[in-house]
Amino acid sequence: MSNSTDHEHPKHLQHHFTTSEQQQDSAKFGTWLFLLTEILLFGGLFCAYAIYRAWNPELFHNAHVHLNTPLGATNTVVLITSSLTMALSIRAMQLGNKKQTLTFLWCTLALAGAFLVIKYFEYSHKIHLGQLPGKWYTYNGIEGTNPHVFFSIYFLMTGLHGIHVLGGMAVISWMIYRTNRNEFSPAYYTPIEMTGLYWHLVDLIWIFLFPLFYLIG
Amino acid sequence: MSETAQTMPTRSYLNHPKGLWTWLSTLDHKRIGLMYLYLIMTAFFAGGMLALLVRFELLTPGRELMGADMYNKMFTLHGAIMIFLFIIPSIPAALGNIIMPLMIGARDVAFPKLNLTSWYLYVIGALFMLFSIITGAVDTGWTFYTPYSTSTSTAVISTAFGVFILGFSSIFTGLNFIVTIHKLRAPGMTWFKMPLFVWALYATAILQVLATPVLGITLVLLMAERFAGIGIFDPAMGGDPVLFQHFFWFYSHPAVYIMILPGMGIISEIIAIFSHKKIFGYRAIAYSSLGIAFVSFLVWGHHMFVSGQSELAAGIFSFLTFFVGIPSGIKIFNWLATMYKGQILLKAPMLYAISFLILFSIGGFTGIVLGTLSVDVHLHDTYFVVSHFHYVMMGGTVMALLGGLHLWWPKIWGRMYNERLAAIAAVFVFVGFNVTFFTQFFLGTQGMPRRYYTYLEQYQPLHAMSTHGSWLMAIGFFIMGFYLIHAIFKGKPAGPNPWGALTLEWTTASPPPTENFDKQPLAEHGPYDYDKVVAKPTA
Amino acid sequence: MSSHSETHQRHILPLGLYLNVFVALLTFTAITVWVSYMDFGVFNLLVAMTVAVVKASLVAMYFMHLRYDNKLYTISFLLSIFLLGVFIILTLFDTLRRDDIYDIKGGTIKPNAAMYDNRPPVDTTGEASAGN
Repeated sequence: MSNSTDHEHPKHLQHHFTTSEQQQDSAKFGTWLFLLTEILLFGGLFCAYAIYRAWNPELFHNAHVHLNTPLGATNTVVLITSSLTMALSIRAMQLGNKKQTLTFLWCTLALAGAFLVIKYFEYSHKIHLGQLPGKWYTYNGIEGTNPHVFFSIYFLMTGLHGIHVLGGMAVISWMIYRTNRNEFSPAYYTPIEMTGLYWHLVDLIWIFLFPLFYLIG
Repeated sequence: MSETAQTMPTRSYLNHPKGLWTWLSTLDHKRIGLMYLYLIMTAFFAGGMLALLVRFELLTPGRELMGADMYNKMFTLHGAIMIFLFIIPSIPAALGNIIMPLMIGARDVAFPKLNLTSWYLYVIGALFMLFSIITGAVDTGWTFYTPYSTSTSTAVISTAFGVFILGFSSIFTGLNFIVTIHKLRAPGMTWFKMPLFVWALYATAILQVLATPVLGITLVLLMAERFAGIGIFDPAMGGDPVLFQHFFWFYSHPAVYIMILPGMGIISEIIAIFSHKKIFGYRAIAYSSLGIAFVSFLVWGHHMFVSGQSELAAGIFSFLTFFVGIPSGIKIFNWLATMYKGQILLKAPMLYAISFLILFSIGGFTGIVLGTLSVDVHLHDTYFVVSHFHYVMMGGTVMALLGGLHLWWPKIWGRMYNERLAAIAAVFVFVGFNVTFFTQFFLGTQGMPRRYYTYLEQYQPLHAMSTHGSWLMAIGFFIMGFYLIHAIFKGKPAGPNPWGALTLEWTTASPPPTENFDKQPLAEHGPYDYDKVVAKPTA
Repeated sequence: MSSHSETHQRHILPLGLYLNVFVALLTFTAITVWVSYMDFGVFNLLVAMTVAVVKASLVAMYFMHLRYDNKLYTISFLLSIFLLGVFIILTLFDTLRRDDIYDIKGGTIKPNAAMYDNRPPVDTTGEASAGN
């Protein structure tokens, strides 16, 4: 089955699609569907958070003061900035500017790394103090029964989020590699767009995690 | 009916390219679907053997073959294999993959590599479950309820991880199908010119994409609880075991609609073709598929009426459960209206469709019975529930699957099977099924609990009868296996359109060429325009 | 023909728009941190979540282009949020109302109730000795 008028066959066009537009729209829609699965995946944990916070409002308040709000806020700014640089990298490729695309992708990668570094400091502090999930919890300074409940949910949610940040860094690195090899152009930059959508979702999840854990009234 | 004998195409997706590696690395949806079919039927065979063993053990209250611990593992495995390795993937991944792109006149699904990935994820998930069987299996029941699942010494983590992987296989298939149906339909095929099987797969795919991730996180939490003692389901640590049930059933209720919706799609196809009549209420059937998908998300708590959840929640869930029966009822009436004054042809697919109408109706009604909160207090965890879900899952989905296999076997292999043996097998399966499971409604109302290794003497006659029914069913399936496999090698060539049907898959050769169609087909008429278009059967 | 389709849907947003959204996001972040240091009781959660939703909407509409893309993506996105909401709310209907049962007081069972047809009545007043 061939395009009736087209003789130039873009390299990126796969054979079961008739036009490049059809392929790119499909990729975008497919990416959105994947993001929906991530929303439902994390959503389960948000549900667990809602339930346990509703059952233990004071505990959550008492426990959350042991989180480092300035670091959490910094991480929020870091991720928001990384979303900007990611969006700008796509815009750069829409305009055909390979160098700028690469610059912004590298910035995004660096900011993602910074996020994980900050989280590393937060986690090691908690490990040091014994503020750990479930049966590993040994810290003494929080009032309320079962103080580990807060940290179980904290580590589950930020941990899963952190894994997604790591995965995002891998994909962004791959996009840097491919951009370098001139695989993209204003006519075709779908993979970077897909990466961008994923990365913004990672940011979105943190936009909710931050106030729910660090800013409990 | 047929004028001249048909010949087999020399070159098709089956024989070209050749070699095992060309199959294992294929991007062809038909080959991927067929590879799924092999594995799914293997899983059905394994699950079926386990069922026969479970039923054999229940012949008398005493020990027949195994002790109680082994019995617990047997029924858990039967359930887990049948649900996760057989019924959930069955129609979408096998028949959906092979037939749906042909039905919409596409060259392949939107993401062929993702499709192959889904197949490999299925294989990996299945291997993890196999590994767990070897390392001691699981005795929690397929539902993995806490606190038993977090404390039992059996292989919960490897089974849970296997199911987790299988979940992604399902998610990616759903994602693939949604995009395919949106973007790759033939020119002229508007949404309301799509065959109803495609509508059904679309609604199913929405469920696969939105519900399965919650199963994923549930299993992650279960594994974290077992492995790292996070305490989320442990009351001693401030957790809640009923929370597991909420998480589990938020997926598993929509999952049962993942199981039945594709089957309903097949029934629409079969009834239209074998009544040789336009489907009655096409839009109602299409919208009802979406309606079922939507409402299915609202009712999960009806599995938890006696779990200790609040009465308020229980009441709300019971109320919402009544709504979910309405779209299914709409379909049944539309199918019956289609058959009315149609030229009914009682070939094998139609025998299974009629079985479906009867058995799914019984299953559906008993679902409403169970959804009635006060009645469920008496019937929960009894054989009434076991019978209800076997009526809908086996009397529903499996009958539809068998109907679909018989409908599309000639398309997949290019050959016809023996119609008389097919009718005989269908009778054995139908009668055997009802003997096995109708008796279980009575066991349930009389108080026989499910998942019990032994029982009071008073239940023995019904149990024995149920076991005998399972033997009749097994005979039917063995006959079926025989003639279906025989047909692959020795069946009469079918030609492109043995049934005289009007959907696009019947316009190409049987078996189809790798590229599906010689040239891009157009949707010139509706899928059921038997009043306007004539297609002569080729076999 | 293909060059038309390649450029038509690639609506390139002006740089200023991205920067404005960025500044808005930082501003809202500052606001939500600032509010958290004041005590509004239950409204703290409401304010924090409202700000989070606003920030999320900005990211979704502009950075993720939902505002300019096929409405299908927006509908799908909102559908998933809706279902998540159903999950959380209906589950909370259970977990937050579990204690309702302790407020329910039934009457005493009549001594001539049918359930006693084959057995003597159960002493619900606690006066007779326990254990039969």
